[in-house]
Amino acid sequence: MQELISRAKELLENGTVARVLGWKAGDLPYNPEPAFFTQAEELKDFVYNGFCGANLSKYMIEASKLEGKTLVCLKPCDTYSFNQLIKEHRVDREKAYIVGVGCKGKLDIEKAKKLGIKGIESVSGAEMTDDTDTLTFQTIYGEKTCAYADVMLERCHVCKGKDHMVYDELIGQSKDTKDAERFAEVERIEAMSPEEKFAFFQKELSKCIRCNACRNVCPACSCRKCVFDSNKFDSAQKANTDSFEEKMFHIIRAFHVAGRCTDCGECSRVCPQGIPLHLFNRKFIKDINELYGEYQAGADTESKAPLTNFTFDDAEPSIVTKR
Amino acid sequence: MQRIGVFVCHCGSNIAATVDVKKVVEMVQMEPGVVHAEDYQYMCSEAGQAKIAAAIQEKKLTGIVVCSCSPRMHETTFRTAAQRAGLNPYMVEIANIREHCSWIHKDMEEATKKAVILARAAIAKVNLNTPLKPGESRVTKRALIIGGGIAGIQTALDIADAGYEVDIVEKTPSIGGRMSQLDKTFPTLDCSACILTPKMVEAAAHEKINIYTYSEVEKVSGFVGDFTVDIRKKARSVDSSKCTGCGVCQEKCPSKKAPSEFNRGLNTRSAIYTPFAQAIPNVPVIDRENCIKFKTGKCGICAKVCQAGAIDYEQQDEIITEKYGAIVVATGFDTIKLDNYDEYAYNQSKDVITSLELERIMNAAGPTKGHLERLSDGKHPHEIVFIQCVGSRCSDDRGKSYCSKICCMYTAKHAMLIRDKYPDVNVTVFYIDVRTPGKNFDEFYRRAVEEYGVNYIKGQVGKVIPQPDGKLLVQGSDLLDNKQILKEADMVVLATAIEPEASVRKIATMLTASIDTNNFLTEAHPKLRPVESPTAGVFLSGVCQGPKDIPETVSQAGAAAVKAIGLLAKDKLMTNPCTAKADELLCNGCSTCANVCPYGAISYEDVQVNDHGIREVRRIAVVNNALCQGCGACTVACPSGAMDLQGFSNRQIIAEVDAICR
Repeated sequence: MQELISRAKELLENGTVARVLGWKAGDLPYNPEPAFFTQAEELKDFVYNGFCGANLSKYMIEASKLEGKTLVCLKPCDTYSFNQLIKEHRVDREKAYIVGVGCKGKLDIEKAKKLGIKGIESVSGAEMTDDTDTLTFQTIYGEKTCAYADVMLERCHVCKGKDHMVYDELIGQSKDTKDAERFAEVERIEAMSPEEKFAFFQKELSKCIRCNACRNVCPACSCRKCVFDSNKFDSAQKANTDSFEEKMFHIIRAFHVAGRCTDCGECSRVCPQGIPLHLFNRKFIKDINELYGEYQAGADTESKAPLTNFTFDDAEPSIVTKR
Repeated sequence: MQRIGVFVCHCGSNIAATVDVKKVVEMVQMEPGVVHAEDYQYMCSEAGQAKIAAAIQEKKLTGIVVCSCSPRMHETTFRTAAQRAGLNPYMVEIANIREHCSWIHKDMEEATKKAVILARAAIAKVNLNTPLKPGESRVTKRALIIGGGIAGIQTALDIADAGYEVDIVEKTPSIGGRMSQLDKTFPTLDCSACILTPKMVEAAAHEKINIYTYSEVEKVSGFVGDFTVDIRKKARSVDSSKCTGCGVCQEKCPSKKAPSEFNRGLNTRSAIYTPFAQAIPNVPVIDRENCIKFKTGKCGICAKVCQAGAIDYEQQDEIITEKYGAIVVATGFDTIKLDNYDEYAYNQSKDVITSLELERIMNAAGPTKGHLERLSDGKHPHEIVFIQCVGSRCSDDRGKSYCSKICCMYTAKHAMLIRDKYPDVNVTVFYIDVRTPGKNFDEFYRRAVEEYGVNYIKGQVGKVIPQPDGKLLVQGSDLLDNKQILKEADMVVLATAIEPEASVRKIATMLTASIDTNNFLTEAHPKLRPVESPTAGVFLSGVCQGPKDIPETVSQAGAAAVKAIGLLAKDKLMTNPCTAKADELLCNGCSTCANVCPYGAISYEDVQVNDHGIREVRRIAVVNNALCQGCGACTVACPSGAMDLQGFSNRQIIAEVDAICR
């Protein structure tokens, strides 16, 4: 983190960048939040640790409109989102100075709480310099420890790899934390009967409070005006009018990001109700892979997305069914 | 609020026998915006149209719904009628209560209910309709014909005779197509070349016709009246302006092992070649894959012997870009590959041949100089078996489901010609059915049987087994006698199914012309618009649309020409106003719409916008109304809902769905 801060200071002071986009400490030891720093001295508040899950690429949409370059800290998986935003002309690559920051898996405090670790006063073992094997919590009930991997976000168990897809410079070591099958849960749901599937989604989506956090955090949900906020459509803000509308919100959102979603997992990370929203997107990704061949949105800025490109080889309906 | 009139047509008893039209009138009167509703026996009649016009004027209608037949039938009629009465034609909607309702239902109560629902949907849409104005686009007075066979030549001649410039693009080194490979033509038995070559010469000499042989269409953009086409003129390696066509180069060429395409690979040709004697243009082509000079750098004999100095090894492919008002596809056919038909031993025995190969064998310019002989040993055959429907009328995936249409007749022709020239040869034909619907066709077939003694056996052949002595054992069944037949033959001729030329898929995609599961180009209407593609400005000529014989091909070629002339004769075209449009304030500039647009109609501009006080320059999608075909792909791909189709907006469609589900 020190290396990161001193490099950020240097770039701010020599005028390469006009601001730094990173994280600062929150009110609790485990909730750092995204922050812009415009002065070198402000960087004393800069943090970067295992709890800095937030994907900062979406903030670059607004930052692209500002004067001067913005130094943005992107983890390996965040760079996929940034690439996708370049592809969609939503961010300006020239306005970004990308520091690819190391990542050894990000943490989900809810998982720690589920392990019975509550009343947390401080945490150690989550710094980038730590070996990230064990987390030690000082709680009002005394010291508690658990394995780092047991508290990792779901997305880190299916890590896309430790390589940054786009960057200007790299700081810190990364680790591929993949230890689970990416589509295992999707396959489990696919195997369900229609009734079971319906019951599963009914149960999960009935928890939705339409806080819009999933949409607001999603780098693919980057529309200037969301269809759910526009009076031009009949879909505007139908929060909780009935259970059907609630499901429609999530299903429409999944369709809108299909083929563009990089599977960054931010939707599920920020959901205050713990709905596994990423499953919708991952089902689409699985289908795209099976129908059109392996495709990872944001792996580059050039390749054509299978769902949103007209090609001369596009299958005609008759060919899909028989030939 | 709109003032909507609803007009319910009886269509004689077509609708009224199944739909209670009076009830429909009664029910729609309760719909929002409806101020007038009436029924009439034939709304499309003069009297019916007068009723619509009268109601528009008397009731000051702002929109109308006609509950009648498919909009493909009378939408234009009613739109024109409305326009004459002072209403914008795009304020007219059709509720199809015939094809979508009365014709497919039997129960009156159910059908009436559905008719009301369909009317309701159309009313809901009209409530949101806005007047639209068509734009104008110019017409380039030049036609492109893709394919230089008899279909393409005839279309080109007809268009050129009407006074328009025509370009023919032919991928092989000469025009002429399949017809140039045929020996005689049924049912008159004239020599194919004798009737084809005058047409070829006429096309070549026509001042309005320009022929690009050894060329392919590479790229098509634009739209009806204003297509821009890139044509790749492949390097001939011979300068056409210098070549005299003397043929010495071909004689002296030391590389003579390339299979002759023209003779269906039955013999070989030189690496520098003209496909056949009457080729147009009479300028050879160097097949670079087989040319020693191109393979090893050594040789150059053709250049040495060419008195005219026409050989040019450095020649490069040339791209010609030209504008056209109309495009006619005349890509023709090929015979299917016989890999799925091992039982006929086509790949095992040289004496099992396709009918097209037999044409070459029978032809004086063919590999055997017109003598009927076995290709394996050059011996004269005494027993020939013809097998019909090889790959045609096939119920499984091995062949084609359709009838190739020409085989019954050419087999009768072959059988007759063989029996006539070689009375010592026995000819047996195995068939499923003999189909001879055509002028003088059945008489022709009967002559083969009655006068020439051709032995027709109703039944299929199960297997052809090459024997050690070189004979072919044909195992078939006689369905009329109900017995198995084992017959020794010297030659077996397969009436191989025909299929569209393989390159048609690529061409259809470039033209966005639709093709069916068999790769035949689809016509705009199977009965009423058989020579037009659903893509405006693209016309169909010959077998690319479906199996045809020569007279049919020629008449269709003429029909396609007339349609193309009809288009070229116009100075300006009205463009469809139902095109896509982006809402500046909602557009993200993400390019998704441009990526899915099949017509390349969407580009981006940096536009100064004022979004509720926020002034900024944004990247906004801009639709070219002349290019846009209104397919709507962009509207569904647009994540923010900025893209909408005028006349079919998302709101209008949702309103229709809501009305149906109400």
